[in-house]
Parts: sequence; C-alpha cells; structure tokens
Amino acid sequence: MKKPIIQFENFTFKYKTQKEPTLHDINLTIYEGEKVVIVGPSGSGKSTLAHCLNGLVPFSYKGDISGSLTIKGKETKELDIFTLSKMVGTVLQDPDGQFIGLSVGEDIAFALENEAVPQDKMKREVVEVAKLVDMEEKIRSSIHELSGGQKQRVSIAGVIIDEVDILLFDEPLANLDPATGVQAMALIDQVQKETNTTIIIIEHRLEDVLSQEVDRIIVIDEGRIVSDLDPNELLASNVLETCHLREPLYVKALKYAGIEVTPDMLPASLATLKIDAVKSKLSDWHDARSHSAHEENEEPILELEHIHFGYDADTPTIHDISFKINKGEMVSIVGKNGAGKSTLSKIICGIEKVQAGKIFYKNEDITTDTIAERSTKIGLVMQNPNHMISKHMIYDEVALGLIVRGLPENEIKERVDATLKVCGLYPFRNWPISALSFGQKKRVTIASILALEPEVLILDEPTAGQDLRHYTEIMEFLNELNRQGVTILLITHDMHLMLEYTPRAIALADGKIIADDSSVNILTNPEVVEKTNLKITSLFELALKAGIEDPIDFVSAFIDYDKEARMTWRTNS
Amino acid sequence: MANEFLNYVERKSPVHSLSGATKLIIFILYSTAAMLTYDTRVLIGLFILSIVIFAISKIRIREVGFVLAFILAFLLLNNIAIYIFSPQEGVKIYGTSHVLFEIAGRYNVTLEQLFYQFNITLKYFSVIPAALLFIVTTHPSEFAASLNKIGVNYKIAYSVSLALRYIPDIQREFWTIAAAQQARGIDISRKEKLGKRLKNVASIILPLIFSTLERIEVISNAMELRRFGKKKKRTWYSEKPFKKADYIVIIVGFLILIASLVITFHDGDRFYNPFL
Repeated sequence: MKKPIIQFENFTFKYKTQKEPTLHDINLTIYEGEKVVIVGPSGSGKSTLAHCLNGLVPFSYKGDISGSLTIKGKETKELDIFTLSKMVGTVLQDPDGQFIGLSVGEDIAFALENEAVPQDKMKREVVEVAKLVDMEEKIRSSIHELSGGQKQRVSIAGVIIDEVDILLFDEPLANLDPATGVQAMALIDQVQKETNTTIIIIEHRLEDVLSQEVDRIIVIDEGRIVSDLDPNELLASNVLETCHLREPLYVKALKYAGIEVTPDMLPASLATLKIDAVKSKLSDWHDARSHSAHEENEEPILELEHIHFGYDADTPTIHDISFKINKGEMVSIVGKNGAGKSTLSKIICGIEKVQAGKIFYKNEDITTDTIAERSTKIGLVMQNPNHMISKHMIYDEVALGLIVRGLPENEIKERVDATLKVCGLYPFRNWPISALSFGQKKRVTIASILALEPEVLILDEPTAGQDLRHYTEIMEFLNELNRQGVTILLITHDMHLMLEYTPRAIALADGKIIADDSSVNILTNPEVVEKTNLKITSLFELALKAGIEDPIDFVSAFIDYDKEARMTWRTNS
Repeated sequence: MANEFLNYVERKSPVHSLSGATKLIIFILYSTAAMLTYDTRVLIGLFILSIVIFAISKIRIREVGFVLAFILAFLLLNNIAIYIFSPQEGVKIYGTSHVLFEIAGRYNVTLEQLFYQFNITLKYFSVIPAALLFIVTTHPSEFAASLNKIGVNYKIAYSVSLALRYIPDIQREFWTIAAAQQARGIDISRKEKLGKRLKNVASIILPLIFSTLERIEVISNAMELRRFGKKKKRTWYSEKPFKKADYIVIIVGFLILIASLVITFHDGDRFYNPFL
C-alpha cells in the first residue's frame, strides 16, 4: 500500500502583492518513494508550488492560503520553515548563488552548524555525505574551482546531510550543459536509491530529465494542474504541445512522420521505445523529403586570423583561432565552460586585446580599433539583461548609446523609434523596464545595441533558462533580424537552438577550434560532442534505431521540415 | 583581472596556524596598548615587535601594498591636519619650546611638535601590522567564527564575513557590467573627461545594485532553507580549536599590554618627555 507523503487539497495561494492567485485549487498527492517531475512554462506557478513545499511560501514570500497542504500528515501552515526544512530539502536553481560556505566541506556542513552540532561529529558526517556524492577528495577545495556538475554534487550533499524525507530540485538543469545535465539526472537517481527519499524535480528540459526513469509527470499551466500522467502516457498525448512545452525531439519526429504515438510504444525514452512497427513509416517519410540545399554566400564580414590570447603569459586561453563569418550568417559557438567562448567574444568586441593575430571587418583590419570604434560594427549582448539595463524607461535605455555619442536629438529619436519598431517594442516605448518579462527585457537589451546599427551581433547564451515560449520568442526575433541582414553569432550550449536556428556551428575546446561545420554534423559527431559536453541528438539515435540509411540526412530533413512547420505556425498566428 | 586587495594569503607560518580568534584578541590588545600610551619607548617596543611578527608571518609587503599605501596617505593627511589645527600641541604637552624655525604667526616648527607627531605616527605603525595580519592570515571561512568566539552575535559575525567574501564577486560583476557598457560606447577609461566619466560610471552602478539585490535574495533563501538563525548558538566547521600556542600568545599579549601600561603610567604621565 502506497503511503501519501505530500497532499494538496483544494489548495489555493495568492501572493500578497498580486491580485490573482498564482495557484488555483491544487489537488495532488505524492507518495513515499516516488520520483515526480513537475513541468510547466515560466509563470505557470511551478516555482510557487515548490516554495509552498519548502516553506518559503508563506514564511518568506507572504500571501493568502486556502485549502490544505500536509507533509507527512502535518499541516504546513502550522509548522515553521525550520521544521519544514528538516523534512523537505531543497536544491536551488542557481548553482553559484546558493553556496554559503567557501570550501566544499564548509558548505556541506552549513545545516549542521546551524543545529550547533559539535565540530568533530560534524566533520565525520560531512565526510560520509561527501562520499555519497563522490566528492570526498574535494572536501578542502574551494567552491570556485569546481565544475558545474561538481557544484551540483555539493549542493545536493549540503541538503541530504539532514536526512530529509523529500528532496526538491528547483530546475536543476537550468545552468548545466547537456552532458552535465545527463550526469546530474543520474546522480539524482543514485541519491534516491541510496537514501530512499521522495524526489520532486521542477524542470522544463523534459528530454534531459527523461534520461532516467521517473514515475509521474505533472503538468502545470496558469496555476492549475493540467495533467498528471506517467511519462509514456504524457508523451503520447498532446498536453505538452498545448502548454507550450518542448517535446523530446524524437517524439516530435515520430509525430511529424504521421505516426500515432501510443503509451504502449514506451516513448518515455529512446532505449525503451518500440519502433519496429513504425520503422517503415519513418523511412518513407524520410525518403519523401528531399532536403533543400542551403545557398552559400561568400561575402566575409568578419574574419579572424591566427588569434592568440591569454589572461596571463603562461596559459593561453585562445590558441591560434581562425575563422570566417559571411554576411547574413547565423552561427553557434559551442564548447564546455572555460573553452574560451566568452573570451573569444570579448576579443571580437575589443574588450580584450589580442596578443597575436588579426581581425578583419569587411576586409578592413580592425585589430587595433577601440571598443567604442568597434561598437558601431559589432554589438555584444550579455547573457543577463540585468547586467546591461541602466535606465528606467525603455526609450531612454535604447537611446543611451546614441546620447553618449552626442548625436543630435532628432536623429536619436528617429533611430530609437526605428529600432523599437524593428524589435516590436514601439508600443511600450514609454513603459518602465521593470514591468517587462525576461524575454522582453532581453529584447530591450538587443534593441539598445541595435540602435548603434552594428552589422554583426554577438549574443551570449540568449536563451539560457528560458521556457519554450520565451525561447521561441527570442529566437524568432533574432531570426527576423538575421533575415533583415544582421549577421548573428550565438554562444550557446542549447542543442535545440543549434539545430533549429543556426545552420553552422564552431566548436571550441581548450582554446582551439575542434570543428567548424554544419550544426547537424557537429551534433552527430561523437568525438566533437564529447569534447564540448554536448549530446548526440536523439534524432540521430532515432534514425539509427529505425535503421535509416543516412541518419545525418534524416536529422537535416527533420530540421527543414520543422522550419517549415514553424513558418506556417507563424503565418497562421 | 579584478584588482583584489586585502585578501587571505595562503602560506605556512606560525601566524597562520594560530586560531583567528587569537589573532583578533591580539589585535584588540595591541590597539588598546597603542591607543593608551604616548610613551615613545613603549611605542618603539610595540613597533619592533610588530615588524618581527610580520616577518614571521611570511607575508610580503607588496601583498598588502595597496592598503598600506592607502593608510600611509591617510596618515600623512592626519599629520598635516594636526599641524594646521594645533601647531603648539607639542609645546603644551612637553612644557618646553625648542624652535627650529618660524613660519608665520603661531605657526613655527618646534622639536616638541615634531616629537609629538612622531609619536602619533609610531602609534599607527605599531597597530597597522597587527590589523593587516589578522585579515590576511585568517582564512575567510574562519573569520565569522573568530568574531563569534570573542562574543559578537553570530548573525552579525556571519553578515560581516559574507559581505567581505562577496567583495571579489561584486568586483567581478562590476567589470562584466563595465564591459557591457563599454561595448555600447560608454567609456569609463581615462580617455573620457572626468565629469562625463563619473556620469558613465553611474550607468554601471544601477545594474550592479539590481544584480546584487537579486544575489541577496537567493543567498538569504538558501540560508533560511538550511536553518540559519534557528538556534541561539551555532557551531563552526572551520573554526580552529585553541591550541597551546594560542593560550601562550594570548597570555603574552596581556603581559605586553600590562607592561606597556605600567611603563607608561608609573610616573603619572602618559607622555615620555625627553626634553626635561
């Protein structure tokens, strides 16, 4: 008999500062030992739901609750955040922000310190837990020295040291590259097996979450539970599509090929997927698609020749990098953290000076140009819009760079208005920026750069942590700019972005270019994928599994088809 | 990249191996002694001892160079101010007046005034090494524990150490934002005129404040979820337990304080007077 551990009954919650409730009438039971995934687009209420479980709602974020939420049979309203944190351990989204200790050991020990556990006992327990997550050799290391995956291990260790009954992961994959994401899911699985906890994962990268088995997936949209199904049933349904959530690519491919996905096919993972009955249908679809040849345009706008750079003399960050970008291209730059991607973008913009090599813009040597001089040619958009926005009103923000240049007022107005129109922000021009969503803020930062009329735009992780709707919003906007002639370079480890929007990708590892090829070829090349912490796309694996002769071509065909599908979707809406 | 100042310097030395609390107590004792006395012999003694301890710590001058320069500049300013406001202070204290040369009105240069200001400078010099050493030889993790051990409320101790440890992060963020703004043509380098430059720096401050507020929200949630503030007391993972050396150093510290007070006050005067 399964024993309920968490029970929502007619639970409604409204933040104090908001008019409408964020969660409506939630009824949900989670049983002991279950592994449940909660998905939903941004603003759906899934984070609020997590906050209700760990007590941040209502103890840190105040508001009105009606209905009941019991954890281990106790009504949470009557508990306090400290008691709740003994039952529910939370691993927060931001891997850096949540570290309190400076060293691995100190951070793991934080909860014990607060319980005033004697030091010798504390040290013993820290070692125990560090062993559990394979970090015992790093106990004395500083947090800053760790990789993304190791940081995740430490934050998990810091929570399970409490012997909690429930582990809550708030978007654990948001800041991880695809390969590390898979490892993180495996770690969560391992921790559950060793500690016998109930696991709740809030995430919208469903395909990565499903790399391990889960019991149930709960879909939330607009504050309500839309569906509560096991993974196979969910993937066979059309719930994800209607809620603007991303289906795993292989499932989408099956659906494009006109195959009816049923729960019996076990679509939850490629490994279990039963494909024999539909193999022929899939390859028929592939045969019917003649893939269009991409036109080549040989008009270099940006050229790097033998670029060398290092922050200190002994360790080169960038080693002999050469490539050519043609006008109107949209290119991804991929690689592990620390491979030199961001440094490369800084070099191109002139924030860092090259030690050797040359940079050409439209065949003109710009190696010695200052940042300011380059900013009218090449624009850089940072990952976090909050790092760029310094004005209250949208108009002022976009005008800032032009005012600094001392342009006459009427020309500034003309250019800002034109830019705002291009960016679809004109109706909001007199709005305060604080009223905008993340995606819209991103647009403002892009607009503020575009006002300077650069012909090349470099964006650092433009879609990190965004749900499908915002992702599509940002990328379609960039696509539109690209069509209007802006050349775009994207630093990313989002494989969907690479496949869907950038025909070409440049892969870096240890400051060197290891591949400069089509995105499809890169994502189907095991060696490059491994060195860049990406994953082989599931489309390719599906094609292999279905015995399709030219699996790389299958991936290309899917992408072309998908592009057309998006076009029709756009013209229809 | 970011110029970091006054950070922990990892080294193997007897000073490093002391508990942070010991170093803090010594710093307090030293400051008390230096503050109370004007006895030149005592100050010279304290100063020499400071230099010795500094040498033992294996910290190099250039590792604390930036702060040292800052303090010395401040000291110079202080000396000038003392002279401007009170050019006859030395004469008043020591009761004699050996004029070296006249400047104007009551502004002349006397041996007594020079000696008085020399004593003030010595006071600084005897305390500076102790203060710097406490900061650069105490691991940041141990910092809060040390404050707590001498009786500071642990919440306050933790806030202080969190603030200190975020300085490098915030510096890094400052440079990120500055780079972003520069790429838009907002110049904060020396090429720009000062007035405009200041205005341009302002365009970095606002984003910095917002991103810092964001950071604070995340960290305070993270701390609360791991029960920070639940109990009246807490223990410390990185606290160094007191060893024999710590007790000896603290006792010696008290002895020095007492000795310096005895030498200073046995003749009923805080000042050592070479002019009588």
